[in-house]
Amino acid sequence: MSLPPLPENAIVIAAEAADWRAAVTLAGEALARSGSAKPGYSGEMIRMIEQFGPYVVIAPGLALAHARPGPEVISDGLSIVTLATPVNFGHPHNDPVSVILGLAIASVDTHLAAVAAVANVFNDSSAIADLAAASTPAEVRAIMDVTA
Amino acid sequence: MKIVTICGAGIGSSGILKVNAERVLRKLDIEATVIAADISSVKEVAADAQVILTSAEFVDAIGATFADVIVIENYFDTDELTVKLEASLGS
Repeated sequence: MSLPPLPENAIVIAAEAADWRAAVTLAGEALARSGSAKPGYSGEMIRMIEQFGPYVVIAPGLALAHARPGPEVISDGLSIVTLATPVNFGHPHNDPVSVILGLAIASVDTHLAAVAAVANVFNDSSAIADLAAASTPAEVRAIMDVTA
Repeated sequence: MKIVTICGAGIGSSGILKVNAERVLRKLDIEATVIAADISSVKEVAADAQVILTSAEFVDAIGATFADVIVIENYFDTDELTVKLEASLGS
């Protein structure tokens, strides 16, 4: 089980975002920088939340921004954005959000191994606070247990 | 036994819920098949499911079902999953 690629250029530390749309857009831009997604993927992720609500805030302080596999996805990839000032997504329990995990998945068939690796990291209940407090991309990669 | 996890895309969040539910079920020694699906396919996928795991946002869209619909707040909290699955499956 291995995590989707999370290169340093897909990590943004202490970003400023005016609202949840801006925060998700930063996560999408990071996926575009690392080559996992096309620029339009941000809009796809935002549309998922507009359509279905803030369910992507799957744990206190953490949003898992993602959309379906499709033409905007180039290859599996992760991005991480931490916010200087947390933003609300409108979730009944898990707001405010300080860490956005952007996830691009190229194929439904392989996604379970990728999300299992993500689950491994976050089953450690200190991971979200550790990410929010990280001050360098290298620190983020260490918390995420990225070896490559 | 069949358990279905539901999210908007059928990947990502429902996949994380599936992985963690399987971990909890193994610990509880309960045999079950866990399937991750998107909300648009819930009617067919969950027709013969005992339990649906999801977020509060999807409860209305899931609608009438014979399955026990369990709302999970923290997808990474295996303690929450354990308590709620145990209560539902009544071991």
